[in-house]
Amino acid sequence: MKAAAFAYARATSVMNALELLGAHGDRAKVLSGGQSLMPAMNLRLISPELIIDIGELAELRGIAVSGSIIRIGALTRHVDLLKSPDIAAHAPLLTEAIAHVAHPAIRNRGTIGGSLAHADPASELPACMVALNATIIVRGQGGERRVAAEDFFKGIYETDLSAQELLISVELPVAGKNSRHFFHEFARRHGDYAIAGLAAQAIVEKDAFTDLRLVFFAVGDRPVLARAATNLVNVTITPPVLATASAALGEDLDPQDDQQASASMRRHLAKVLLARGASALLGRPDLNAGGRA
Amino acid sequence: MTVTTSNPEVLSELDRPNSYIGKSVPRPNLERLMQGRGLYVSDMELPRMGHVVFLRSPHAHAKIAGIDAAAARSVPGVIAVVTGKELAAVITPWVGVLSHLKGLKSAPQHAIAIGRVCWQGEAVAAIVATSRAVAEDAAEIVRVDYEELEAVTDMRTALDPATPVIHPSLGDNLAFERNLDAGEVDAAFAGSDAVVEADFIFGRHTGVTLEPRSVVADWNAAEVRLTIYQGTQAPHMVQNLAALHLGLSESQVRVVCKDVGGSFGIKVHLYADEMATYALSKLLRRPIKFVADRVESFNTDIHARDHRCLGRIGVRRDGVITAFEIDDLTGIGPYSMYPRTSAIEANQVVNLVGGPYVTKNYRARTRVVLQNKNVMCQYRAVGHPIACSVTEGLVDLAAAKIGMDPVEIRRRNLIADNAYPCASPSGLRFELLSHHAAMNKLMTMMDYDALRAEQAALRSKGIHRGIGIASFIEVTNPSAAFYGVGGAKISSQDGVAVRLDAQGSVICQTSITEQGQGSESLTAQIVGSVLGVSMERVRVILGDTDNTPYGGGTWASRGAGIGGEAALQAAKVLRRNILDVAAAILQSSSAELDIADNAIVNAGDGASRMELRELARIVYFRPDTLPPGVQPELMATRHFVPREYPFAFTNGVQASWLEVDTDTGFVKLLRHWVVEDCGTLINPQLVDEQIRGGVVQGLGAALFEKCAYDERGQLTNANMADYLVPMSGEMPDIDVGHVVSPTAETELGAKGAGEAGTAGAAAAVANAVNDALRPFGAVITEIPLTPQTILTALGRI
Ligand SMILES: Cc1cc2nc3c(=O)[nH]c(=O)nc-3n(C[C@H](O)[C@H](O)[C@H](O)COP(=O)(O)OP(=O)(O)OC[C@H]3O[C@@H](n4cnc5c(N)ncnc54)[C@H](O)[C@@H]3O)c2cc1C
Repeated sequence: MKAAAFAYARATSVMNALELLGAHGDRAKVLSGGQSLMPAMNLRLISPELIIDIGELAELRGIAVSGSIIRIGALTRHVDLLKSPDIAAHAPLLTEAIAHVAHPAIRNRGTIGGSLAHADPASELPACMVALNATIIVRGQGGERRVAAEDFFKGIYETDLSAQELLISVELPVAGKNSRHFFHEFARRHGDYAIAGLAAQAIVEKDAFTDLRLVFFAVGDRPVLARAATNLVNVTITPPVLATASAALGEDLDPQDDQQASASMRRHLAKVLLARGASALLGRPDLNAGGRA
Repeated sequence: MTVTTSNPEVLSELDRPNSYIGKSVPRPNLERLMQGRGLYVSDMELPRMGHVVFLRSPHAHAKIAGIDAAAARSVPGVIAVVTGKELAAVITPWVGVLSHLKGLKSAPQHAIAIGRVCWQGEAVAAIVATSRAVAEDAAEIVRVDYEELEAVTDMRTALDPATPVIHPSLGDNLAFERNLDAGEVDAAFAGSDAVVEADFIFGRHTGVTLEPRSVVADWNAAEVRLTIYQGTQAPHMVQNLAALHLGLSESQVRVVCKDVGGSFGIKVHLYADEMATYALSKLLRRPIKFVADRVESFNTDIHARDHRCLGRIGVRRDGVITAFEIDDLTGIGPYSMYPRTSAIEANQVVNLVGGPYVTKNYRARTRVVLQNKNVMCQYRAVGHPIACSVTEGLVDLAAAKIGMDPVEIRRRNLIADNAYPCASPSGLRFELLSHHAAMNKLMTMMDYDALRAEQAALRSKGIHRGIGIASFIEVTNPSAAFYGVGGAKISSQDGVAVRLDAQGSVICQTSITEQGQGSESLTAQIVGSVLGVSMERVRVILGDTDNTPYGGGTWASRGAGIGGEAALQAAKVLRRNILDVAAAILQSSSAELDIADNAIVNAGDGASRMELRELARIVYFRPDTLPPGVQPELMATRHFVPREYPFAFTNGVQASWLEVDTDTGFVKLLRHWVVEDCGTLINPQLVDEQIRGGVVQGLGAALFEKCAYDERGQLTNANMADYLVPMSGEMPDIDVGHVVSPTAETELGAKGAGEAGTAGAAAAVANAVNDALRPFGAVITEIPLTPQTILTALGRI
């Protein structure tokens, strides 16, 4: 289990990295934390000719809050998100979600840019980006693009990034008044990729949702922003209302069968998450009917 | 840890002042391992060493029409590409059968496949290069022309006439069958108030050692001798078989086995790729290193379990169990493994079902079939988890049927603690077990009644928790009855040599091996205690056929019980010899002297007479000052093998407390208890660690681990992301208690403890899940108990 031979370049600047990417395109791979790239190379699932290590580009690292925007550099490690007081204060959904990503050794190296570029549909961070209405900033030799998270994820390991582009950072709106969040996932073991998960961001006023973004992950080829949430906004939530949303959610989802769970199990678990999420966000234990609705 | 002694008279030789027996002293090898100074084969480098990578079959069953390695041979750094046919010039094939397993058949297996591959992962060519990476590059361009054959994968249809026969020379795919009929089974069922039946299904799983299988073979043409560095549990077995198949005498093979990164029974066999590595070293006249990578570990390390067992139990309204019956089926891959065979697990299932209970009515059949999947063989607690899950699952079903508490039905049927010696229906002889004492202790440890009350209270709130109980017996300290009688050259005796060095320290060579169990520690504890020498002064040498006595090694929970007794006896002889010399020097008698704290002391008042160091100085450098005629002998060797009982059975009981989320099918393990009786506890901490580690492997089987094959014989989860090993986050606290019934067969009194945890953990969990699901009327008799299985049983998906 040794990677095939490859050339290695340590990028000296974002411009330098973009030049290398421009010259080598899809024969090259950007190396961030290496936590997804290196296993794939060692298993010889991919054999890039050139590795462009961006690890020293300090400009891609760090968390900054300015006004109502939080900016997170692509090289910001999972552990940095986990420990950041800014993230805890302004995007607590992320603080909660990141604890579910892998184990400490991996969180010490894995980066948000790597996770989003990798776009594993069972991954937590892509779902959080959609739930938080993030903007993903990518740069090519021709300049910068800003892509809404909702449009960024295109399929299993597929994103809007071209082989010549670098993910630079993400921008999130600071959580506002009355905003609430919910995160839960079902994984066979702590640290495993989820077999179904929900990242939710809501605004609750007078015991009702005025805004609700329910993003399910590991139940489709990318994070799924549930249309079913519209059933729950600006209404009094009763078990029948929730049941309608649950049925609609079942329609929204088209999950895959795999080793860990069948499609019908994933759909079922998503409904359980919906009930538990709505119940937790509104502080209404009576709504948690465990997906039986 | 809590200890209850059922036999308070402990042996005198060990019950001495400053004895280390029964003390949780730290392992002497900890510092070495913690400072990264362990000697693992995977870290070894020798001059001119080549690295071998095996090109492995992607098909479960295929004819090899041709191999084109020309391009691979010309890759810079490649030393050789060797096919099965070429390697056969230096190594002979083998057949994994033993004569005491009547009718067991298998086909000749080659180190590298010749003409045909029989499982996905079987080696078809060896690529030797200056590094593993270069060899992997070259392996990618070896072209093998396969003609796929129909794969036999489902054990249930392996014997159908329409199914292809994997080895035509064998006539059919039935490797082994055993039938047993004891007592009056039909009459007993007829006289029962209820007969309950269930189909128990066990997933295939494997050991997943942290350090994969590793070998460095170094053929020295000048000495005409092969040195094998290998992480193995049984160095002398490896020596014998390597010599046999390479056409050498045992004296031409040395096996060195230092630190081993986990074994669990995975490393007690001889694998084709290991044999190929020895042969390659001889063929290419240079050291060759093979370290399995994780993917090939999953595809080639033996798998285990994979049984389907139909079980029946008869019970009377008063709770008396009237009979057990099983019909067991298992698929073992295309070859019976060498040299221990792949029939032992099924044979153990037949032996062990019903073992803790009184009933004499027992009928069993097991069939072992060949299939095109990786080989199956013995892994920690061989057969026990299956026998225990079937037995204990049936007992719980019977209890539920007659409306009796699971503990009560066990109390009514477990063999009484004063009924020993006695035998099981399958003829196993029990010297002394303590089922009832263990159960009583468990009830106190877990506060059973309070837990039942808590369960009931939570149930009314929609929280579904379950309690599962599993009594078990465990085979330890095997005599020659296990393998030797069947013709295997696997020693059941072990030897220990102890000597006093010139400064009064002790060097101890033992034939048992260390893979983390604490063999070094227990040997030093025993020797130090008997000799009156502090443990830091005892150096234990193991894992080297040139430098240890001949013996079996460490497997089947035998190291402490057999190797420990040899250490005890050797130390006693050395002690006598030391006291004889001391008496001569001090003009005393040996009866008046003793050894304590590294010095000769008066037996009576304990007053120090002479440092051991001084005695050694005189013996080695100034023997001229000794009285005339005295010839000191400061080295002693003793060997030991159990002769009275074929196996020293141990017993115990486990309990699991868990919660099932009936909306999601997820199981949360809340607590686990084990009470076990391994006789004398040499080092309680080591025993507890063995029990806990064993339990964790059993919990892995219960909830997580499964080698998932598709219908074409492809292993679909051969990686650490998809094959779920149990991890600490999911493990409950595991409380361990002990009842102590020493075996009278040895002075030490120790039985084995290495497998007890694994034997009963899955049964306890399965029973607890079913206990939690009882209000829903769901019964699950399949492991691993995945959320998918549970939700399906609940009718939720
Ligand atoms: C045992 C284990 C368990 C894990 N469990 C989880 C889990 O539960 N949830 C989870 O979400 N993840 C999990 N991961 C993955 C982990 O979170 C990775 O850190 C993450 O997926 C990739 O981040 P990275 O920085 O390591 O990226 P790398 O591995 O360096 O790169 C990943 C991919 O993204 C590309 N890339 C990286 N950075 C950029 C960039 N700035 N611009 C453009 N392309 C880029 C690379 O070229 C590569 O294709 C696990 C990993 C392991 C090893």
